[in-house]
Amino acid sequence: MSDRMRIGVALLAAWGLVLAAIGAAMLLVGADLADYQRAVLAAVLQERAPMLVVVSLLLLVPLVFILNTLFRRHVKAPRRLGEDIRIMMTANPAHRAKPRGSSEIRRLAEGFNAFADAHETLKRDVLQRVREANARIEQERNRLAALMSELAQSVVMCNVEGRILLYNARAMQLLRKPLEGEAAAGKAVSLVGLGRSIFAIFDRNLIIHALETIHERLAQGARAPVANFVTTAPSGLLVRVQMAPVFGAAGDAAAEGAPGGITGFVLILDNITRRIESGNRRDLLLQTLTQGTRASLGSVRAAVETIAAFPDMDQAARDRFIGIIGDEARQLSDKLDETVGEFADSLRTEWPLEDMRGADLIAAVQRRIESKLGLPTKLETVDESVWLKVDSYSLMQGVTYLASRLREEFGVREVRFGLEAAGALAHLDLIWSGAPIGSETTMAWQTDTMEMGGEASPLTLKQIVERHNAEIWYQIHKPSHREFFRIAIPVAKPEEAAWSAPSPRESRPEFYDFDLFNQPGQTPELDTRPLAALAYAVFDTETTGLSPSGGDEIVSIGAVRIVNGRLLEHEVFEQLVNPRRGMSPEATRITGIESAMLENQPTIDKVLPAFRQFCDDTVLVAHNAAFDMRFLRLKEEATGVRFTQPVLDTLLLSAVIHPDFEGHALEAIAERMGVNPIGRHTALGDAIMTGEVFLRMIPLLAEHGIRTLGEARAASQKTYLARIEY
Amino acid sequence: MGKKVLIADDEPNIVVSLEFLMKQRGYVVKVAGNGEDALSAVGDFGPDLILLDVMMPRMSGYDLCQKVRENPAWAGIKIIMLSAKGRDIEVTKGMAVGADAYVTKPFSTRDLIAKVQEMLGE
Repeated sequence: MSDRMRIGVALLAAWGLVLAAIGAAMLLVGADLADYQRAVLAAVLQERAPMLVVVSLLLLVPLVFILNTLFRRHVKAPRRLGEDIRIMMTANPAHRAKPRGSSEIRRLAEGFNAFADAHETLKRDVLQRVREANARIEQERNRLAALMSELAQSVVMCNVEGRILLYNARAMQLLRKPLEGEAAAGKAVSLVGLGRSIFAIFDRNLIIHALETIHERLAQGARAPVANFVTTAPSGLLVRVQMAPVFGAAGDAAAEGAPGGITGFVLILDNITRRIESGNRRDLLLQTLTQGTRASLGSVRAAVETIAAFPDMDQAARDRFIGIIGDEARQLSDKLDETVGEFADSLRTEWPLEDMRGADLIAAVQRRIESKLGLPTKLETVDESVWLKVDSYSLMQGVTYLASRLREEFGVREVRFGLEAAGALAHLDLIWSGAPIGSETTMAWQTDTMEMGGEASPLTLKQIVERHNAEIWYQIHKPSHREFFRIAIPVAKPEEAAWSAPSPRESRPEFYDFDLFNQPGQTPELDTRPLAALAYAVFDTETTGLSPSGGDEIVSIGAVRIVNGRLLEHEVFEQLVNPRRGMSPEATRITGIESAMLENQPTIDKVLPAFRQFCDDTVLVAHNAAFDMRFLRLKEEATGVRFTQPVLDTLLLSAVIHPDFEGHALEAIAERMGVNPIGRHTALGDAIMTGEVFLRMIPLLAEHGIRTLGEARAASQKTYLARIEY
Repeated sequence: MGKKVLIADDEPNIVVSLEFLMKQRGYVVKVAGNGEDALSAVGDFGPDLILLDVMMPRMSGYDLCQKVRENPAWAGIKIIMLSAKGRDIEVTKGMAVGADAYVTKPFSTRDLIAKVQEMLGE
C-alpha cells in the first residue's frame, strides 16, 4: 500500500472516530431528555444540518495536519533510519544516519551512529590485521606474477569449461585479434581475460581432443601426460600449444566430480610462426639441393656415359653433350652458392609431431567417424605395437574427411581400418568395398578444402600428409574386391612425452584466487544464477548529443569486466569512435572530446564487432542503460552486430533498493555508496564507477530478497513501470 | 618397326641423352615435356614403355601412372619411373601406384638400357 493511501485510510478512520464520539455523546444526551425537549432539539439540529456537515468536514484539516506530522515523525523517519542502517552495514560503513523525526527516534539514530562508530573502529582493526595477512600472500602472489611475466612462453590456465583463470602478459599480447579496417590499422583487442572462454580463441574441438588424449594417457597409467598441438591464433600466427592437466586436491568438491580428477588445464603457448617459416624455407632449400643435385648429376652422368659408349658419334652430337655437361655443372655450382648463402640463417625446426600408439589413433578416428558421420567402422589387422609420429588432431580430421566424402559421394556404408609396420614406415589403411572411385577423384579430394560433419578445416589433406612427412595413395585390391587409401607414415619409438611436470598432483597452484574452477556454465538459464556469480561487462557511451534517433552518434565506448565479484580494471575496453559528424560545443564541454580528436579514429562499424567480442558471455550493465542500448540498437542493422545478452540498469536497481531517496543520478548513488567519483565523463571512468556502484548494490539487493539475475530483472521492470506512472 | 618408347620429362638436358640412347637402340621415341602432354601421347603414340619422370608440371608422374593403370586398354604398357626423389617412401608410392620399376637419378645409362630391354622382352 502506498504512503498516500495509508495516510488516507488513517485519516478516514480518525475522522470517523471523532464523528462517532460526537454522535455517541449526543445519543447519551438525547436519552436523558424528555420527549418534547428531544423533538425541539431534533428540529433545531435538522434546521442546521448543512452547518453540521461543514463543521465536520472542517474537522478534517487539523486531522490531516496531525496525521501527516505523526507519519513523518513515526513512520517515515524510522523507515529512513532503517535504510541508513542497511547502507552502513553493507555498502558504506562511513555513512551515518541523519537524526530526524521524534526525539525518541533522534536518540535512536544517535545511538545507532555511535554504535556504527564503534563498529567501524573494530572493523578497521580487523581489516588492518587482514591486510597484514594479505600482504604476505600478496608478496607470494607477486613472486608468481613476476615469474610468469618473465617466462618466454605465454601461459593460460583454464577450468574444465574453458574459462580463463590465469594468464600472463605474453599471452595477452600473443592472443590479440586485429581490428578490421584501415582506420583501425595497428589496433588490436586481446581475447584473453579472466573468466572469458578459451573457445573464443582456439577451436573447441581441438581443445576437447587434447583433453581426451590426456584422459586416455592417464587411463593407460601415464604419470605426467601432456598433449601437444599446433594451431593458428586469431591473429594468424602459428602457435605450438602444450596442454598439461591441473588436478584438484583431495577433498576438493570440483575434483571429485571431474573425470580423472582433472579440474582444469594449463596451456603453454609458443609462437612458432617464424620458426615454421624458416623451417619451410630450409626444407625447400634442402629439397632443391638434394633433388636438384640428383637431377643435374643424372643429366651429366647420362651425357658422359653416352659419349663414352659412342666414341665415333659426329661432332655436332658430341658438342651438344659437352654443352649439357658444362651447363649442368654451372647450375650445380650456382645452386650450391645459393644454398650456402640462405641456409646459414635458417633455423632447424620441424612441425611438432607427437608420439602416439597407432591403435589409439585409430580408436580416436573410429569414435569421431561414428559420432560425427554416423558411419559404422570396423577393425581389420591392427598391429598394436606400432607407434607413429603424428599431429593426431589434423590426421584424425584428414581421415574423417576421407570417410565423409566416401559416404556422401559413393554411398559407402562402412569403413575399416588396418595398420601394419613396414620398416621405418607404418601403413595406415582406410578400407571399404564398393565401386572404384578413380584417381581423378582422389587427386581432387587431396587438394579440396576439408569439410566434414558441419566442420571445416583451413588445411587440405595434401598439407596434412606433407606435414607428417607421409605419403597417401589410393589402391585397389582386386582379389578381395576392396579398395583403400594407404597413408605411409614414419614410425616412432614408444616413449613418454618429453615435457614432464613435477608430480602434478602436488603442483596445484596455491597463489591465485581460482574460484572460477567451481563455476558452472554461464549460458544455460542465466536467470536462475546468483548475481554474485555472473560475469558482467559494465559499459558507458559518450555521444554527440542526447537524441539517438535525431542523428546523434556514439563518440566513445568504455567498458570494464566484473568476474566473480571482482572489478578487473586491467581488462577494459576503451575506444574513441569517429561519428562522421561534428561535436556540439555542449557535448565537447561535458565530455572534453573535440571533433579533431575523432578524425583518425575507427568508425562505429569497426568498433562494435570488437566491443561485442569484449562483451561475449556477459551480462551488460549500464547506468540509465536504456539510453546507451538505444544507440547500440540503432546501429544493429548497419553493422550487423547484435547485443542480445541480458541488461541490468543501475538507475533502476537503485530505485529498487532506495525507493525513499529521490536522487538516482550516478553521482548521487556513488556518494551514498561511498564510491569515489574519479574520471567522470569519460566513457571508461563512468563505466568503472558504475561497476563499483553495481558491486556494492549486490548485497543490498540480497536484503530485498533479490539474489538472481531473473529476480533483479523482474524488480527492475516493476520499478521502471512505477517510475513511468509518476 | 621398333618398339615405341615415350619419354616424359621436363628437364631437356636428360631428355637429350635418353632420346639419343633409345634411338641408338632402334626404338621409336617420342618426348613429352609435361604430364598432360604425356597422357595424350599415351593415347596417340601408343608406347610400349614409358620413361616417366615423377616431378613434372601440370600432372605428376604418380598421377599419370595411376591414370594409365586405370585404363584396361593400356594394361600392357611398361612404366619405368625416373626420379630425383629418392626416399623409400617415394619409391614405395611409385611401385604402389603401378610402376614396373623405379630408378633414382643419377642412374647408370647401361643399367637403364638393360632394364628397358628386359621390360620389352628383348
